[in-house]
Amino acid sequence: MDTSALKNELVELVEAANDMATLENVRVTALGKKGRITDLMKTLGTMSPEERKTAGAELNLLKDEIASLIEKQAGQLKVQEMDARLAEETLDVTLSPRPERKGTIHPISQTMDELVTIFADMGFEVAEGPDLEDDFHNFTALNFPLGHPAREMHDTFYLPDDERKEGEAQKKLLRTHTSTVQIRYMLENKPPIKIICMGRVYRSDYDMTHTPVFHQMEGLVIDKSTHMGHLKGCLMDFVRNYFKIDDLPVRFRPSFFPFTEPSAEMDIGCSRKDGGLKIGAGDSWLEILGCGMVHPNVIRNCGLDPEEYQGFAFGMGIERIAMLKYGIPDLRTFFESDTRWLSHYGFDPLNRPNRATK
Amino acid sequence: MKFTIDWLKEHLETTASLNEIVEKLTDVGLEVEEVEDRAEIYAPFKVAEVLEAEPHPDADRLKVCQVKTAEGVLQVVCGAPNARKGMKAVFAPAGTYIPGLDVTLKKTKIRGQDSNGMMVSEREVCLGEDHNGIIDLPVETEIGTPLAEIYGLNDPVIEINVTPNRPDCAGIRGIARDLAAAGLGTLKALPTPEINSKFESTPKVTLQFDDENKEACPLFMGRLIKNVKNGPSPEWLQNRLKSIGLRPISTLVDITNYFCIGMARPLHVFDADKLVGDIHVRMSKKGETLDALNDKSYVLEDGMVAVCDDSGVLGLGGIVGGVATGCEETTTNVYLECAYFDPMKIARTGRDLQIVSDARYRFERGIDPVFTVEAVDLATQMILELCGGEAGTVVKAGDVPPCTKAYPYDPSRYAKLVGDAVPESEQKAILESLGFSVSNDWAVTTPSWRPDIFGVEDLIEEIARIRGYQAIAPVSVTKDQAVAKSAETPRGAKMRKARISLASSGLQECVTWSFMEEDLAYKFGANDKQQAARLKLLNPISSELAQMRPSILPNLIEAASRNADRGHPNAALFEVGPVFFGADLAEQPVVACGVRAGTMSTKHWSSAEASRAVDVYDAKADVLRTIEACGGPAGNLQVTRDAPSYFHPGRSGSLRLGANVIAHFGEIHPSLLDHMKVSDPVVGFELFIENLPEQKKKGTALPLVDLPPFQPVSRDFAFLVDAGVDADSFVRAITSVDRNLVVKVETFDIYTGKGIEPGKKSVAIAVTLQPRDHTLTDAEIDGISQKIIAVVEQKTGATLRG
Repeated sequence: MDTSALKNELVELVEAANDMATLENVRVTALGKKGRITDLMKTLGTMSPEERKTAGAELNLLKDEIASLIEKQAGQLKVQEMDARLAEETLDVTLSPRPERKGTIHPISQTMDELVTIFADMGFEVAEGPDLEDDFHNFTALNFPLGHPAREMHDTFYLPDDERKEGEAQKKLLRTHTSTVQIRYMLENKPPIKIICMGRVYRSDYDMTHTPVFHQMEGLVIDKSTHMGHLKGCLMDFVRNYFKIDDLPVRFRPSFFPFTEPSAEMDIGCSRKDGGLKIGAGDSWLEILGCGMVHPNVIRNCGLDPEEYQGFAFGMGIERIAMLKYGIPDLRTFFESDTRWLSHYGFDPLNRPNRATK
Repeated sequence: MKFTIDWLKEHLETTASLNEIVEKLTDVGLEVEEVEDRAEIYAPFKVAEVLEAEPHPDADRLKVCQVKTAEGVLQVVCGAPNARKGMKAVFAPAGTYIPGLDVTLKKTKIRGQDSNGMMVSEREVCLGEDHNGIIDLPVETEIGTPLAEIYGLNDPVIEINVTPNRPDCAGIRGIARDLAAAGLGTLKALPTPEINSKFESTPKVTLQFDDENKEACPLFMGRLIKNVKNGPSPEWLQNRLKSIGLRPISTLVDITNYFCIGMARPLHVFDADKLVGDIHVRMSKKGETLDALNDKSYVLEDGMVAVCDDSGVLGLGGIVGGVATGCEETTTNVYLECAYFDPMKIARTGRDLQIVSDARYRFERGIDPVFTVEAVDLATQMILELCGGEAGTVVKAGDVPPCTKAYPYDPSRYAKLVGDAVPESEQKAILESLGFSVSNDWAVTTPSWRPDIFGVEDLIEEIARIRGYQAIAPVSVTKDQAVAKSAETPRGAKMRKARISLASSGLQECVTWSFMEEDLAYKFGANDKQQAARLKLLNPISSELAQMRPSILPNLIEAASRNADRGHPNAALFEVGPVFFGADLAEQPVVACGVRAGTMSTKHWSSAEASRAVDVYDAKADVLRTIEACGGPAGNLQVTRDAPSYFHPGRSGSLRLGANVIAHFGEIHPSLLDHMKVSDPVVGFELFIENLPEQKKKGTALPLVDLPPFQPVSRDFAFLVDAGVDADSFVRAITSVDRNLVVKVETFDIYTGKGIEPGKKSVAIAVTLQPRDHTLTDAEIDGISQKIIAVVEQKTGATLRG
């Protein structure tokens, strides 16, 4: 049996098939139930055993050859078709992806979270108190005598008297400092006390460097043995960790607050060159916070015996230390809600302060 | 408080340098705010002689001068009318900064003539107002003499911040005392002079106070000095005053200022010839008036300390004197007043009348009452020395009030409070150097000039500050446990989680004022509460910042609008902070509040959906996500249609847990946006995070996970229902069929229009069933489906669409 003509014909057909459908037609034409080779196979039964043996072998060979040829061609066509598909599917990858909005955490919140992590590491807990306060908690309990000039220095916002209350609790005001929380906490908790408190405070002052609302952090330690050396150590550890400058120079100066005795202000080292300010060892000092040993009258006003209990307190402006750490030039911009400012100075919400991480 | 080094050295014997003095001042608690070394500032300005002054060849008003300086002869073009040959002037070479002109000189040519500097007027160097010509000095002045020397400016000026507890340091002598105690020299003695009284002083003085007000003026001393010659005070005294910014007036007045600044001892001088009858000191009566020396007129209230004669009020004791009886150039008989007034009364009067004076500043902080007596003679002596005349006797009404206190002191308290041990002898020495007296058994008596010392802690502070706080060794504060405990409060934790959730969802955190315009506050809920009147500031900065905010929404809406006006629309903003419904503790809740304005994003190639307008569902998503972040039952809340009136009534809702309102969300009422001139749509929410239930669970274990081994089955239904029926009715109806089996009900299509009769809508719902113990058979699924259809039809009035 001469199959060479058929073979040539089929090989030609396979090689001419340039897509999968045509190739499938060729396969059916050659190897399908009614295909050319299949038809020849069917004729084997009519042959003599001798003829059948040689023709059968020859047809099987042809069948295998064509089948493998089809397979090979199919492989090539798949590659070709994939190439064509890929070429077709090509997109402009320089286009921007679908928009996803990016939010930010305000620098004040970020700073507060930083403060909590540092002071928690020293064993402090957070305490809270209201913004809308009264004369007792804001002044009297903190040893501001009535009519004393120190009261006037606070530029207090007042609200109408609350006639439901009596005495100093009647006189309502917006707290001028977070020291009010010292009083509330000491009245409700027994020593040892080791707290920080953060929040809004209010002063009637609005210019380049003052806003009517700003934020303070307050710290209070009361027990039987905490002394001024602890006050210094605690705050030195704090500023050096907060500003991430291990050798940050610090200076404590005597000062005056009605609610502490002795009182101090703390300065940190800085350098001022060409109008710029850089925190760190330098030729100048920058006031950073007020502090002192809690005045015995304050301890007494909170129902504790100053002969038995003593400790320290400190307070600082949160915007101020945020401005210093992050180089934010203008206090007022903190409250302007300018989305450009928020995008620039705001923090990634996933970047939460954590003493253990980088 | 300003003073000069020379003035300080009147009281302090010291060899310390300016830098040492400045550092020590800060160390003892007299914080140095500024040091002005004017010798340095004026160093380039020196005396020169004008050798020639020829008219400028090309300018009528200019002269070309040859000026002889210590460094040589230079040519200067000068426009001053008084520039002339032979005069001595003050010359500044090229390179000098001229403070009055705010320029730095350069070598230049003026109309073709070289000019190598300038000769200056007083105004050009900020030393006076005179600008009629250049400074014209006596011809004998030596060439090269520094300007600072001629004007007495070689004396550095120091400005310190005196804390309100230190009235003694409102006088230079008090500052000197602190520096001496801190080892920077010795305090010079101030012996009281013997004054030879020539006659009985008049007028007499009476103190007319009832028992209640006796302390207002416990001591008033006066003295008549006759035949004085007033006029400009000597140059040294004028320079003293000028250097700290006081204007010299006349010798008598300058002497009172010299005592006020130098010794914290305000005095007053009357022109004795203008006094009528005797002096009496009493409480003022409402309606009395005073034309004061500060050129203002005052109407007095009851209860101010008034120094009066028979003609009426002469002055406000300790605050300001009156014009009518003030000393003038022509005064020949002067009546010196030296008195002590109650700090509280002075502070009240000063505040009520808004009078700021050097006398008030000192009296209201508390001056030294004992020094009143010595000051009379010291001031008399100075008047006699500078103005001549003869002094009368001292008139004295009242007496020195008690002003020293004794405290038992235990020196071992120092180490307990401060932390470092200081020998008893050193503690005693420091206290004594400050004027305290210390008995053998450690009773410490305060000096009369220290009204701020009230007890042991104050004594400890004195010792600590004079030693310097740098002597105290720092000790770290450590936690009691090895591992830090959590420091947050439950509320603080929710605030933090809300912030992270909202910022992660694309909103930017803001911090806005706690107060707002009253009208806006009413529109945003202040009126809903009966508390609005209680929450209105009595002394707001402006009407825009007058009412405590009942909601953060208006602040954020305004912020979004401001950003849009700047060309940055579509703001998404949030704030976590207080709102105010009342003055009580419980009426100041913390709210997490957010707004989205305009569109979700800007136009984008990917889809029109990217830039769709924000809607109520964005606000709902924000609030639910935040509730979930705070650990709240986000999937378990009822949605009700009763959000406050500032939301769109048809596009807003409240989220409740029983009676407890957790949040409001929705589109902001369009008429409010109109009122606020906001053109973009705005949606927002308010989440009362303190109303979220506290997690009651103890321990750390979570509920066991439920992982059914059988695949869930989903079936879709389409119903025809009245358009007003909410999706929630379907969810509740379907869930009620089998709470165990029905795990999810989601509306995936809502259709109205062609094919649906008006007033109806088609709602397509996908229900997911989760088999628990066997794979559901078709018959079982059909059974459930039939039940779902029946319950929905019954509960909502819907019919299944065929």
